[in-house]
Amino acid sequence: MTTVLPERGSGGERPGGQEAGALGVADHLAMFDAAIAADERIEPRDWMPDKYRSGLIRQIAQHAHSEIIGMQPEANWITRAPSLRRKAILIAKVQDEAGHGLYLYSAAETLGADRDDLLDKLHTGRQRYSSIFNYPTLTWADVGAVGWLVDGAAITNQVPLCRCSYGPYARAMVRVCKEESFHQRQGYELLLALSRGTPAQHAMAQDAVDRWWWPSLMMFGPPDAESSHSAQSMAWKIKRHSNDELRQRFVDICVPQAEALGLTLPDPDLRWNEERGVHDFGAIDWSEFQEVLRGNGPCNEQRVTQRRTAHENGAWVREAAAAYAAKQAARTAADTTDAGAAHPAGADSTGPEQHTEGGPAV
Amino acid sequence: MTVEQPNTPSPQAGWPLWEVFVRSRRGLSHTHVGSLHAPDAALALRNARDLYTRRSEGVSLWVVPSAQITASSPDEKDPFFEPAGDKPYRHPTFYEVPEGVRNL
Repeated sequence: MTTVLPERGSGGERPGGQEAGALGVADHLAMFDAAIAADERIEPRDWMPDKYRSGLIRQIAQHAHSEIIGMQPEANWITRAPSLRRKAILIAKVQDEAGHGLYLYSAAETLGADRDDLLDKLHTGRQRYSSIFNYPTLTWADVGAVGWLVDGAAITNQVPLCRCSYGPYARAMVRVCKEESFHQRQGYELLLALSRGTPAQHAMAQDAVDRWWWPSLMMFGPPDAESSHSAQSMAWKIKRHSNDELRQRFVDICVPQAEALGLTLPDPDLRWNEERGVHDFGAIDWSEFQEVLRGNGPCNEQRVTQRRTAHENGAWVREAAAAYAAKQAARTAADTTDAGAAHPAGADSTGPEQHTEGGPAV
Repeated sequence: MTVEQPNTPSPQAGWPLWEVFVRSRRGLSHTHVGSLHAPDAALALRNARDLYTRRSEGVSLWVVPSAQITASSPDEKDPFFEPAGDKPYRHPTFYEVPEGVRNL
């Protein structure tokens, strides 16, 4: 997501820091504020306030972690998908989630974060992921409810992030949002098939929606009055809308979609408010949210353990790939030495297309 | 102009970082789409295919070690780009064309 990495390992100096002598912090800050005010994007090598950087790393990392932890609840159903069509779709979706995680880790790295360090923080519980993934997927219908509601809520949250002030994050979100809309539609279609199926299938779909509705509303985060990072994020245009605003938008989108599904949303207080032009909905049980956040959700332990196990089990693959790369590099180096006289340097400068397999030693 | 030295990957990051460029279709140039980690060029290409072209977004891929890119100075408002700033006569809109003159 960036052309060039920020400096690393140069005594903790940050990108842009080299010029601190020529321009003072106040000048840099003024330029940064002007760029934000003009709705310009901040790019990796620009000067930025420390809190802008650290806040973004925290947010992007948490987002990346959510994507890769989010693979688990659905991967749970790949082997039990009811048809080859559904299985192929589900595999593609889970693969997409892995891809989204990688886009986002890549964006976090442009801020100077280290990918291994971020993964380590996830594995040791020092960084969080979205608490929605601490709920279990009990039936096949849950795959549908996750697609429709969880991915739907994610899209509502993420579409404004495509205009986030930090360039690499915004660009990653554009890709993510394009791909998420398939996720949401496949979930909706799946639920529709169940809803129109046998009474047992219909009941299964309704049960899944009943369980996922409230946790999905919690995905937008605490009410505005209690949201700790919101004000600064809005000022820096990392966030464009408040938690409550997005939550309301999501509810209004979902109500007619639920009707079309022939399913109900589990909220007796949910009704159209003519005066406000939006739906009123019931109070959210934030104590549940806090409990899950504290690590007491149904699957917190399981998710992190499985993530850690997968990482450890993949160690030999990473080692083998590194060993193979080292061997190939050594061979190429040896060949180059042998053939040095026959192929003078420059004779092979035919552009990157020519250097695919094997390529020059790098 | 401050020439940035290529970055060396941090020791704890096992694999080097690669920048990925995709030609989305014939007739267009390769465009930067993002980055990834891979131990060598061959795997970087395969990973790039799986990560950035899952929906046939490309007909050709380039991967370039991030450390090999030389960039202009960090600040994009740098004097490095100043020489072009005071030469508006390089643009056709600089010139006045009399009313009624066409195909110019």
